[in-house]
Amino acid sequence: MWRYTAKRLFQGIVTVWFIATATFIAMHLVPGDPLASDKAVSPEIRANLEAKYGLDKSGIEQYFIYLGNLAQGDFGISFVQKNRLVNDIIREHFPVSATLGLLAVVFAGLGGVLWGALTALYRNRLPDVIIMFLVILGISVPSFVVAAISQLGLVNLNTLLGVTLLPVGGWGSVAHMLVPSLVLGLSTMAYLTRLMRSSMLEIVNSDFVRTAKAKGLPPTRIFTKHQLRNAVLPVITVLGPAIAAITTGGFVVELVFAIPGLGRYFVQAVQQLDYTVIMGTTVFYGAFLVFMVIAVDIIYGLVDPRVRLN
Amino acid sequence: MPEVATDEPGFAKSAGKQLLTFAAIAVLGLGALMFVLDALASLVGSDSGSSSAIEPELNMVTIAFEDEPPQLDSTQRADQISGRVLGHVMEGLLAYDEHSQLIPGVAERWEIDALDATFWLRKDARWSDGEPVTAHDFVFAWRKAADPAEASEYAFMMHYLKNGEAVSNGDMPLDALGVQALDDHTLKVELARPTAFFDKLVAFQTFYPIREDFFRSTNGRYSADAHELLYNGRFKITSWVHGASMMMVKNEHYWNRDAVKLDAIKVGYITQDTHARFNFFKDGKIAYTGLGAEQLSSAMENNFHIRRFQDGSLFYLEFNHQPHRVTRSWHLRRAMQLVTDSGELVNRVIKLPGYLAGKSLFPVYLPGVKETFRREYGEPLQELDRVRALEHLELAKKELGVKEIPTITMLIGDTPISKTQAEYFQAVYKETLGLDVKIDAQIFKQRLEKMTNKDFDIVMAGWGPDYNDPLTFGDLFASWNRNNHGDWKNDEYDALVDIAQNSMDQTERMEAFARMQQILYDEVVLLPHYERGQSYVTHPQLKGLVRRVVGADPDLRYARIEADAS
Repeated sequence: MWRYTAKRLFQGIVTVWFIATATFIAMHLVPGDPLASDKAVSPEIRANLEAKYGLDKSGIEQYFIYLGNLAQGDFGISFVQKNRLVNDIIREHFPVSATLGLLAVVFAGLGGVLWGALTALYRNRLPDVIIMFLVILGISVPSFVVAAISQLGLVNLNTLLGVTLLPVGGWGSVAHMLVPSLVLGLSTMAYLTRLMRSSMLEIVNSDFVRTAKAKGLPPTRIFTKHQLRNAVLPVITVLGPAIAAITTGGFVVELVFAIPGLGRYFVQAVQQLDYTVIMGTTVFYGAFLVFMVIAVDIIYGLVDPRVRLN
Repeated sequence: MPEVATDEPGFAKSAGKQLLTFAAIAVLGLGALMFVLDALASLVGSDSGSSSAIEPELNMVTIAFEDEPPQLDSTQRADQISGRVLGHVMEGLLAYDEHSQLIPGVAERWEIDALDATFWLRKDARWSDGEPVTAHDFVFAWRKAADPAEASEYAFMMHYLKNGEAVSNGDMPLDALGVQALDDHTLKVELARPTAFFDKLVAFQTFYPIREDFFRSTNGRYSADAHELLYNGRFKITSWVHGASMMMVKNEHYWNRDAVKLDAIKVGYITQDTHARFNFFKDGKIAYTGLGAEQLSSAMENNFHIRRFQDGSLFYLEFNHQPHRVTRSWHLRRAMQLVTDSGELVNRVIKLPGYLAGKSLFPVYLPGVKETFRREYGEPLQELDRVRALEHLELAKKELGVKEIPTITMLIGDTPISKTQAEYFQAVYKETLGLDVKIDAQIFKQRLEKMTNKDFDIVMAGWGPDYNDPLTFGDLFASWNRNNHGDWKNDEYDALVDIAQNSMDQTERMEAFARMQQILYDEVVLLPHYERGQSYVTHPQLKGLVRRVVGADPDLRYARIEADAS
């Protein structure tokens, strides 16, 4: 178990190093000048700016300086917000994205399992048909549409009631999180519902369920202990990447609901060629994804006795 | 296929009940989780809160920003959002009033002569910690702006001061810069050359004061957070949660505090999404917001108070005049000019309120001798003539020695409006002149890099004013200007820019600008497209919101809340 964990962690670090290197190369290959601005500056000022950000050195030198700083956990200073450390940006904004993402994952996980079990239970009957139709909608309608529609719905609802039932956007209390996290978790919830449904249907026809029935176990016990518990395993498998995807993929939701998450820095940095923020957020998110997958693999071993971590 | 368990009604029923129990537990669990998150949220985020757009009891207005202000160090600032915030919380020697007229700021009175200027500072001007604002604070800030180690984009503003250029290039020490404090309340400025508009210049944000001891106490984090900035303007920032919110409250140490009518301005939301901001406005959460084309009809349906104004920036097509470019041919440029109808572009393609058809490099609001420059001197007659355009096209082919004009590359930004515009001109030049135009759409930084490298035949560019004088546009096409991307050079034009820069006689200067305007038209250096307009909606109780082309915009410094009429 410990050996396995150590091995996976080492692999994780190598993966993160690979991500860092690939991002570094890709970023420098993108055309465009990170120091360009509306007003052309004199060569002297240009040279000073290049020196400040270390762009006057060769690419290889920059790479090794960068790796050295990365090893010390220092991502440097933003090109756009010239007095803000990238570490501060991540520290201040990641908790917001993480809170929102966590809530979205909980929504998605619980919703997915419940709806999935329900549809399997009522297979080919009305609840199944309705839910599966909604699932297809949830998967195929992009989040910016869902976000915009739900925000407009909130505005109309508040206007209709004459009071602010739920805030239309902003950040600060749970009321601000409710709708955005639902929107953020929606497509994952739809995906998990499908997964749960098919996995339930498979379990229902398996030998051990039939044995349980033959033994005369009460239906509630068969349902929870034998069916649900086994059917939920594939859901746990995809939950790890889903957590990372939800936490990193909140850009649109953050934009529409004016939420100060990291997603917006992640995307804007690329548009503004803010080298240090691009590197910082990409490596941070990359590491987050990699270690989330490892964590799930380890948890998987604890949940499923058939999996031996060797 | 064996019988499926779920088809037994008894099983489904009890399993369904079980599922319902789980759902109930899940909902309860979620409730508990939210309770915990609510407690945590107050630690990690800000409180956008539930305040309304207008809070008469608190005398507070809530607004939204498009973006986080990236730079509140006045000597480093280069963007509009930071300029908006700085305008509210800082004050220079001179300021602009609600009618955009120059008024005394920190300086009580001033004298500007040909080669020097003196400013007498008011004794009651104070920083937000109660200390007086002194002439030394200006000296420190101006030196910092010129300091090559600081690499400020706006260092060129200090070139108007004696030795300014040499200092900012690192050829002279900082204390050689032509500004000194004669005493705490007298600032003496030596100019590099006569500057007729120096009073307008010192209202610009690069010339704001910074107090040295406070700056040093922040250890390189000056202006990174609310408490790391010192304020001498009408408001001060009391809280700033990056990316989320900012609270500006009335500065009790401001010398003219009785004139400040609002007690607080709250930036409750920060998002680039115009539609989201419009939703906040509809929900009564913010007091004004800009409208895009998509929000316009909805705003009209709701009978909102729609207003419009020109934000001062001019958008135009700039040609590349380098010898290996087809656009070096005057006949080709003239042919394109004769079929370019900026009126049609604005009225039939852009179709947004507030946009004005571009007719000159100098937008309509720029001041002349007594009235606006354009009212006094007019603009060149805009000719449209397809037949003559085709004649010029034939001459262009001879001039270039080609049978057909090769494909022309048009460099543009990647915004929807510039794409629409580019496609319109692509069609116009194809239909009328048979020219092939290739559109090269690039994101902001890449477009800038291509402009700097002169990698285009024509480029769709824009320019906004730094100060309220025609020179802020006029010197763009001086041969020495780094923003003259097409390398156009004209000795007469350069001489005229020189007059405009050095003359103290406004009539002589305005005549120079009028001549420059004519040369630009005759030589077809640029094709003006439009002066950008903006439409926006305001809360009926918000009065005195000022929109400006130069300085903080939108400006709430003079705003007040009017009692509800209903």
